[in-house]
Amino acid sequence: MSNIHVTTSINGDPVEFVCAPDEPLLDVLRNRLGLTGVKEGCGTGDCGACSVLVDGRLVCSCLVLGVEAEGAEISTVEGMAEAETLHPLQQAFIDHAALQCGVCTPGILVAAKALLAKNPDPTDEEVRFWLAGNLCRCTGYDKIVRAVQDAAAQMRSA
Amino acid sequence: MALDSNGKRVFKVVGTRPARPDGVDKVTGRALYGADVSAPGMLVGRILRSPHAHARIVSIDTSAAEAMQGVKAVITSRDFAVVEDASTRDVQVNCMADGKALYDGHAVAAVAATSAAVAKAALKAIKVIYEVLPHVTDVDAAMKAGSPVVQASRAVENVPKGFSENVTHHCEFGHGDVAAGFAKADKIVSRSFKTAATHQGYIEPHACLASMTSDGKADLWCCTQGQFNVRSLCASIMGMEASQLRVTASEIGGGFGGKTTVFIEPVALALSKKAGRPVKVVMTRDEVFKATGPTVSTSIDVKIGMTKDGRITAAEAHMRYSGGAFPCGTVDMGAMAGFAAYDLPAVRTYGWNALTNRPKEAAYRAPGAPQAIYAVESVVDELCQVLKLDPLDVRLLNAARKGTQSSYGPVFDDIGLVATLEAAKAHPHYHAPLGAGQARGLSCGFWFNFGGNTCVSLNVNTDGTVGVTEGNPDIGGSRASISLMAAEELGIPYDRIRTIIADTASLGHNDVTDGSRVTFSVGLATIKAAQDAIRKMCGRAAKIWGIDEEAVEWIDGAAVPAGPNAGKFPPMSLAEIAAVSFQTGGPIAGHHEFNADGAGVSFGVHLVDLEVDKETGATKILRYTVFQDAGKAVHPAYVEGQMQGGAVQGIGWALNEEYIYGADGRLQNAGFLDYRVPVASDLPMIDTVILEIPNPGHPYGVRGVGETPIVPPLAAISNGVSRATGVRMSELPMSPPRVLKAIMARG
Repeated sequence: MSNIHVTTSINGDPVEFVCAPDEPLLDVLRNRLGLTGVKEGCGTGDCGACSVLVDGRLVCSCLVLGVEAEGAEISTVEGMAEAETLHPLQQAFIDHAALQCGVCTPGILVAAKALLAKNPDPTDEEVRFWLAGNLCRCTGYDKIVRAVQDAAAQMRSA
Repeated sequence: MALDSNGKRVFKVVGTRPARPDGVDKVTGRALYGADVSAPGMLVGRILRSPHAHARIVSIDTSAAEAMQGVKAVITSRDFAVVEDASTRDVQVNCMADGKALYDGHAVAAVAATSAAVAKAALKAIKVIYEVLPHVTDVDAAMKAGSPVVQASRAVENVPKGFSENVTHHCEFGHGDVAAGFAKADKIVSRSFKTAATHQGYIEPHACLASMTSDGKADLWCCTQGQFNVRSLCASIMGMEASQLRVTASEIGGGFGGKTTVFIEPVALALSKKAGRPVKVVMTRDEVFKATGPTVSTSIDVKIGMTKDGRITAAEAHMRYSGGAFPCGTVDMGAMAGFAAYDLPAVRTYGWNALTNRPKEAAYRAPGAPQAIYAVESVVDELCQVLKLDPLDVRLLNAARKGTQSSYGPVFDDIGLVATLEAAKAHPHYHAPLGAGQARGLSCGFWFNFGGNTCVSLNVNTDGTVGVTEGNPDIGGSRASISLMAAEELGIPYDRIRTIIADTASLGHNDVTDGSRVTFSVGLATIKAAQDAIRKMCGRAAKIWGIDEEAVEWIDGAAVPAGPNAGKFPPMSLAEIAAVSFQTGGPIAGHHEFNADGAGVSFGVHLVDLEVDKETGATKILRYTVFQDAGKAVHPAYVEGQMQGGAVQGIGWALNEEYIYGADGRLQNAGFLDYRVPVASDLPMIDTVILEIPNPGHPYGVRGVGETPIVPPLAAISNGVSRATGVRMSELPMSPPRVLKAIMARG
């Protein structure tokens, strides 16, 4: 099986890579492109730690093939902050102590960003159901929901 | 009663909620966890695991794998040192089976190859011939004579006749005349309980990068709760000297006790040694479930006698735990903790451990206590129901307090149980009306909290900032807490401190991050290291002023003359002293190393409102409040986080999480889809009430908070479900099919 050449865009930058035809996008991002902010918790789409956006759609990158990135726009946690300025969600997670170990945080931030793009004023229940695919074992989700709501409020008033 | 209000100490920064020092790294994806580093020339390590619950390994033929292109090393148990110490040898054999596979998923061989694909193919090329043996996975079955014997010759000496050789541990705690106590009771309830093994469920799988060179030196990067313990275990298992192995703890993606030992680290070292190249090993989630430590599975009988006005007259429990295929003493902590919340005239607990064909138990948050306290608190609740007594009043009536002889021996000093119960009783949650079909459950919880070996260095930089070097991986914000305590003691702002976690070559030994010991022990060592630096800074000021060192004291971050007789000099701040340190004797640093004593026990009370769907047996948590004595809450947001996270792990344990074994002894749900941890949509907000009853053993009153909150949810939810359904539940988890079955059986 020879590798396939892929041209894509990651966090707004043009990127080329080669990967095996059966190689998950997660492995490409982490092992070939050094984007280790994308985490692997299960490799089977159950934990959401590897969440990224592909053309604005929230996916588990362990369930997407690297070759599917051809011509697409990929967004990862590494692209959320603008230079020194954190995204309001990132700042809110720090302010609300919404992370403990932090390993689920990149996936949750990407997922929450996708939610707020669709629904800028979600109810707590909508936040909880949207994030139901992102496991966090440390926080019990309380402070995560509060951080997302705080960031949403800030983004609405910005 | 807050520490601040009792006149002992007014805090300036301890008790505030600043941003954690590793926050930006963790929200931007820059923080480096176990699997996030690579090395030039690195190989991929993979492990071959037994598909059988119990089997003799007749032969392992690795020749075909070794001959494959890209395969650089293949190892089996032959590639490790001969270890004498029994408990270290158990760890070694758990990392790599020696002669027998003891559970489904037990490692039998490993390869290092140039790519994951080659490594995977090489595993398939290893030929293992097994002779499958009868297996046992249930603790009660394993204790009976005639059970398959998991490991021969490990039985405890005082195993009574009629028990299996699998019984490896026995303990007994208590005081008073239990028979006389039961004779005084108006009502006695006896009931048996079972709890399933659950996994810590950290989101980050175990991962490490090992690099061992031909001169016998090695570096190991890994996600662990204790790099010094990793060094000590790996050095023994590899037959190396500790000084030749440097272990660096990565950022850690959750542990909850499960990363207090080693699984893949010795394997990666052995592969690296043989291949002569760095080797990275990362577990799959399936491997994490099958081959890393779940908690014990248990079977417990509890008997409690009570007078009709609610006084407990006697209590007794028999606890049978299984820590999997290796001897395990976790039942000690269950037998000690079970009745700790009560002031009892007569109490006796008996604990047993039996071997089963399950993975080796690893610590999980308050190891051993949740199961025991679940059984005890269930019987207390049943007595309250039968005798028509308020469950909070009964707990207050029987509560342990200062001076109580605890059920495990020691006499309690200042403890917060009564204050915690009173806070629950006064809280609106306890008085809120319940809807139709809803019920309220409650339970007490307890954990000892640990101290232990600790070493901290504190360096005063010439620009007036301070670096704290500690040796315990930060698993939930502890760098923030340590920085807060250093800032408090030194009298400088929090943001002038940077706390880092040292590798094993850079600091003296530190016990693992466990038992809620870090904020207490490392905090105490940091305070003492700061005091050491303060003494030195006062000495420098004295030298500059030309007065005696004893005539200088430290107030609000500055050296000042102690009283009018010492002389009249303006205060010299830490920054001013540090700036001239090279002219006054050189760099300034404080150190402290000790085996910390004086950890203060912690109690919690949880209230839960829930409803049970009578059609499906599914339980919905409607409202949840955690009350806990934290001692002084150093960073209250992270104290709340521990209380919320622990409660939710307990909710998962109560309702869904369990290791499910088939008749073939294989684990049937080794993934997050089938081993269901709580998700955001399962839960309400988790309200918290922090009580601050100072621990007399710590200058700021710190106790430790991480373990206790996982203890009460099991019984609190079981008591709620029992009241909602009218059936007393006695097995965990209360998964929908199990609850539905109980409802149907009631009719």
